Amino acid sequence: MGHSDQSHGVDFVEVQATEEFKNLRKTHRSFVFPVAIAFLLWYFLYVLLADYAHDFMSTKVFGSITLGLILGLLQFVTTFGITAWYVSYANRRIDPKAVVIRERLEAELAESDTQKEGV
Amino acid sequence: MNPTTVLHQLAPFATLGEQTKSTSWINMLIFGAFIAITMVVVFRASRNNKTAADYYAAGRSFSGGQNGTAIAGDYLSAASFLGICGAIAINGYDGFLYSIGFLVAWLVALLLVAELLRNTGKFTMADVLSFRLKQRPVRIAAAITTLVVCFFYLLAQMAGAGGLVSLLLGLDSHDKLGQSVVITVVGALMILYVLVGGMKGTTWVQIIKACLLIAGAAVMTVIVLGMHGFNFSTLLDAAVTKAGDGGAALLNPGKAYGATGTSRLDFISLALALVLGTAALPHVLMRFYTVPTAKEARRSVVWAIWLIGIFYLFTLVLGYGAAALVGKEEILGAPGGVNAAAPLLAFVIGGPVLLGFISAVAFATILAVVAGLTITAAASFAHDIYANVIAKGKANPATEVKVARRTVVVIGIVAIGGGILANGQNVAFLVALAFAVAASANLPTILFSLFWKRFTTKGALWSMYGGLAAAIVLIAFSPVVSGNAKAMIPGASFDWFPLANPGLISIPFAFFLGWLGTVLDKSTEDPATQAEMEVRSLTGVGAEKASVH
Repeated sequence: MGHSDQSHGVDFVEVQATEEFKNLRKTHRSFVFPVAIAFLLWYFLYVLLADYAHDFMSTKVFGSITLGLILGLLQFVTTFGITAWYVSYANRRIDPKAVVIRERLEAELAESDTQKEGV
Repeated sequence: MNPTTVLHQLAPFATLGEQTKSTSWINMLIFGAFIAITMVVVFRASRNNKTAADYYAAGRSFSGGQNGTAIAGDYLSAASFLGICGAIAINGYDGFLYSIGFLVAWLVALLLVAELLRNTGKFTMADVLSFRLKQRPVRIAAAITTLVVCFFYLLAQMAGAGGLVSLLLGLDSHDKLGQSVVITVVGALMILYVLVGGMKGTTWVQIIKACLLIAGAAVMTVIVLGMHGFNFSTLLDAAVTKAGDGGAALLNPGKAYGATGTSRLDFISLALALVLGTAALPHVLMRFYTVPTAKEARRSVVWAIWLIGIFYLFTLVLGYGAAALVGKEEILGAPGGVNAAAPLLAFVIGGPVLLGFISAVAFATILAVVAGLTITAAASFAHDIYANVIAKGKANPATEVKVARRTVVVIGIVAIGGGILANGQNVAFLVALAFAVAASANLPTILFSLFWKRFTTKGALWSMYGGLAAAIVLIAFSPVVSGNAKAMIPGASFDWFPLANPGLISIPFAFFLGWLGTVLDKSTEDPATQAEMEVRSLTGVGAEKASVH
């Protein structure tokens, strides 16, 4: 697995140290970490309100629709929203950078394969 | 015209549970049709099962949309459908909290796990966890946690089958022998699906089932809302009225978990296990290997999130619909108890045909989820334990698949036996335990090995075994197992741990052990494989390709 034959033509430590790769990693992490922390905080805020603030959550907003129900449905809305946001970010910002590195490395791998066959 | 009154006029003295029995032949007919169609699909799909990648990962040939639908099929188990509808019908708002946890959890998979896992692994969760650590010990640990989580989840599905079967086939709810026969038939069918169809056949069964389930729930939602003037607030009022005295509590939080300080803590524990468990369920993780690229893995999660989210919105309507149109007494009095809410609602709003359709779909759900769990457990045993540990990576792929097929039969028999023994246990609850075990034993190691450069083998082993042991021990000494009338062993009392769900303690404990094991580890891991894993996970270089036929 970690030592698959097709990967031997590339020095991954060197690739990992390049600015290009560090930039890709930063683009990925600077999105996923803050967003993950944010949605977990929002989820647990909701859980704690539902668990300990019964009167607040039972406030009727219109008809029999309570504040608790609206906040619960907002969890659905934010989940759908974050999904769409991440997909658009990944398509615009992450994928193009990953493709450049992948194509370069795959070309290097193909080259080292032909060299091996030549020997 | 109100269909409830019509039914009550037709059979004024029969309860709904009894009325449904007279129509059980329709259920069997529809379920038979489902089996026949899926069998044809499975046999057609099995023609291309040549290599291990075909058998475990369907040749990585599914599209994101197909895989996303299959994930929804896998995830919307009997616990999600029957369990959540029932929980909302009986406990109102507190039942809704389950669906929120189950849905929000997908963001962990989307942001942190799915694509990186697809880029680094091959067939199983252990492939990723052992990528840059010491192969043998980490692989064995990951295979053990996979098997334990699959076992809990399998038990939950099979346990629900008994009660459901009595309702659907008109068996007496005390006819344990009849139920056992049906559980055995379900298990045998599932073994056949997985044996013949492999991952490809299993995936198609899940896709068909997901479409039927979501369509059925959509139709019921429209009917229920239509009966209340398409006004959700009117539906809530109807549920409150039907429940009689104290019915207003259905709309407010706290009905199930608000009683004491301990039950409130238990709720936090459950919420934590639900949100962190999904991205660590081995049968969900394995689905990401059935698509050709990381981008398709991302697309699968997006599809899954939309389908699952919309489905949970339906269950909110259906749960309150069952409270309004069927009522608590009728539900709890029917065979299958809480789990009967959705089928009884189908009977009230659509008569025997809709009941037959919904029941057959619920049954198919159990079958499909059990198939997905079985192939995951079999792949983990054959690929991780047999091929990489026993045969030390030198197993011939054909032998590996043969071992996987034999494992399928063994797991099928264990599932049938466990299902008969656990018959009647609370389904949604057992699934929540599987989530807690997955989040404790697997998630810390998955996240550390993907994102923490310094992480070592010792940290992984401490976290996996420690998290697994903590979760299991706390469950064993919880009120679920002993100490009260509803417990598994009602006579004994060794329930010194007060919470029903162990997540609140065991999940942070497993993260802590992963960190502690690593900082105390004097040796470090090979920086070259760490670099390879990180580069591969983010760029997709050298990721397993789709097989070409």
